[in-house]
Amino acid sequence: MSRRTALKIAGATLGAAAFAKAVAPITQWAADQSVDEFLQQHYRELSPADMAKVIERLETETKIDYGADVHISDPKPQPGVKFGYALNLSVCVGCRRCAEACHKENNHDRLSGNSYIRVFEMQKGTIDLEQGNTTYTHAVPDPQKYYMPVQCQQCDNPPCVHVCPVEATWKEKDGIVVVDYNWCIGCRYCEAACPYHARRFNWTKPQVPQEEINPVQAYLSNRIRPQGVMEKCTFCLHRTREGRLPACLEACPTGARVFGNLLDPDSEIRWVLANKRVFVLKEELGTKPSFFYFFDK
Amino acid sequence: MSAHSSASRPRFEPDPTRGHFSNYVRFLWRAVIDATDGNGWFYAWMTLLSAVALVGLNAWATQIHHGMVVTAMTDHVSWGLYIANFTFMVGLAAGGVMMVIPAYLYHDDEMHDVVIVGEMLAIAAIVMCIAFVVVDLGRPDRAWHLIPGIGVFHWPMSMLTWDVLVLNGYLLINLHICGYLLYMRFIGRRPNPRWYVPFVFISIVWAISIHTVTAFLYCGLGGRPFWNTALLAPRFLASAFVSGPAFIIIGLQILRRVANVHISDRPLSVLANIMRVTILINLLMVASEVFTEFYSGTSHTSAARYLYFGLHGAHGLVPWIWTSVVFGIVSAILLLRPGVIAHKTQLTIACVLAFVAVWIEKGMGLIIPGFIPSTLHEIVEYSPSLIEWQIMAGIWALGLLVYTVALKIGLPVLTTPHASKH
Repeated sequence: MSRRTALKIAGATLGAAAFAKAVAPITQWAADQSVDEFLQQHYRELSPADMAKVIERLETETKIDYGADVHISDPKPQPGVKFGYALNLSVCVGCRRCAEACHKENNHDRLSGNSYIRVFEMQKGTIDLEQGNTTYTHAVPDPQKYYMPVQCQQCDNPPCVHVCPVEATWKEKDGIVVVDYNWCIGCRYCEAACPYHARRFNWTKPQVPQEEINPVQAYLSNRIRPQGVMEKCTFCLHRTREGRLPACLEACPTGARVFGNLLDPDSEIRWVLANKRVFVLKEELGTKPSFFYFFDK
Repeated sequence: MSAHSSASRPRFEPDPTRGHFSNYVRFLWRAVIDATDGNGWFYAWMTLLSAVALVGLNAWATQIHHGMVVTAMTDHVSWGLYIANFTFMVGLAAGGVMMVIPAYLYHDDEMHDVVIVGEMLAIAAIVMCIAFVVVDLGRPDRAWHLIPGIGVFHWPMSMLTWDVLVLNGYLLINLHICGYLLYMRFIGRRPNPRWYVPFVFISIVWAISIHTVTAFLYCGLGGRPFWNTALLAPRFLASAFVSGPAFIIIGLQILRRVANVHISDRPLSVLANIMRVTILINLLMVASEVFTEFYSGTSHTSAARYLYFGLHGAHGLVPWIWTSVVFGIVSAILLLRPGVIAHKTQLTIACVLAFVAVWIEKGMGLIIPGFIPSTLHEIVEYSPSLIEWQIMAGIWALGLLVYTVALKIGLPVLTTPHASKH
């Protein structure tokens, strides 16, 4: 063997060793991933039997990773229902209890304090968000200001759904835009496309103490999300599809929030749309939100 | 084929008694030898690149393990250095064909010899593009969801699926052209134009498509006024045709020095002349956008105000963009001087400045201000983390590795005389 060949072999061996060392963190991560999870099909490809297995696996994983016994369901949209949400800007006091309720209800990561709702303190005389502020810390309400919570608008023409390269997010029959957390590849194109800053990314594995975990969970909503995928407000579909109200509405002390079925002419939300001065955010973008704002006077 | 079947000839030399399959394997073997053999400087260069690539690989592995929390990206600025580099590299890949257009469209024979340098640049740049997208994925293990047939491919609605198609298509076309020309040279036959000239013309159109589609990724988003402009795709193309030729001019001059290869001044002057036009068109478009943004003064211009002057006390991108503007203007002035082609130092400086100017303009100066202020007009700034810089350096090293290897294999085309006609 020539000296040159010997050097090449030595170099290649050294390189292979360095390579193995460099990728070591991936092997650690991979140990936590299951083959079933890797091979899982898209939500709409799963038969009821497949889904039952997936849910069983997810419940077991939650027990192992978080120590909590949870129940994950997969409630379907109800026929004749299209959800709508309206928010009364005249009575909202900016207390952020809705954001806090969202945080707890949806098993958000405790470290980042995530919530699907951002509450803006707005200057009177303008609806320009640039003059608003989300980081206020004083007592509310400030009489010189008004308050505007913003969350997913559940658009009828949702840019986030159009851009997803793998159809990991779609609009359900009852109007709710959902994410299959086990299909999302984490490219965050939807986050760039959303005009309402409604989407959130799991930058790391969510941390929730065992005793604080909300055990009533659904596959498409508040189950604890995996690292590296998108999530968003689902109008608490694990509650609303069972006839309950969203957690943010129940937490609101002023009754600023009105939730209901847009297809039911006798619903409260239909009454608001017919009788109040209503507007939607960024109407000029053509996103057709199912979330409305209104004033009393 | 078995390694012992051709005892008469070394297995890395062509054997005219055998078919294409056997000879192609020999060709690949030859390529491996060419790619791993060289002088001390070559080994030092390759070792350095490998080391940097491994640092990047380790950083990426760490990112996979801990999540993208190790980057500086947030829900407000959800794309950063990776997508910035991706966007720039698409331009470089498209710019590679600037060698091809004069050679084939205008039958410039002296350009024919060096055209492969541009095609190989396209290959290396596309490999980097793909790498930059992969490291930006939160779940790279699920990349198979993007494969038509076994995954769910949201085509034609999602522009990202178009990008997957055009980028991979462009990679295949350029691999075919380079592979075919080199293989023909290897077996000592004259390439049959029927098997590569049509692909060369396709690659010209395709190069424009990759950058147009990539621009459409951004300009199709109505919620991001900074990107939502019809000028984005033309600007992408103009800047691509600055950065591509700039890189090749620098590359050809390095090749002249380090490799025993004759490269005439002709390609350099053709490329410099292309840059003279494209750099001016690019600056004109920048000026046009800046005018529209600032003269109208609508609330949609806050991203541009943040980028150029800072907004509400936040001005993280101001040094970046003015560096780009100044470099671009200085480069244009240098290039417009009549003597620049004879004066190689000035030409090189102009190219380096133009390259850096476009890298900033298509990266930190384009992707980041799309997110600042956010869609709800909040200002959260972004400055890449160490992990992001490491991964970026790793991918650049990977790209240079690919490019060096490709050139090493392709050099015989530049150094040996043409094969006789058959």
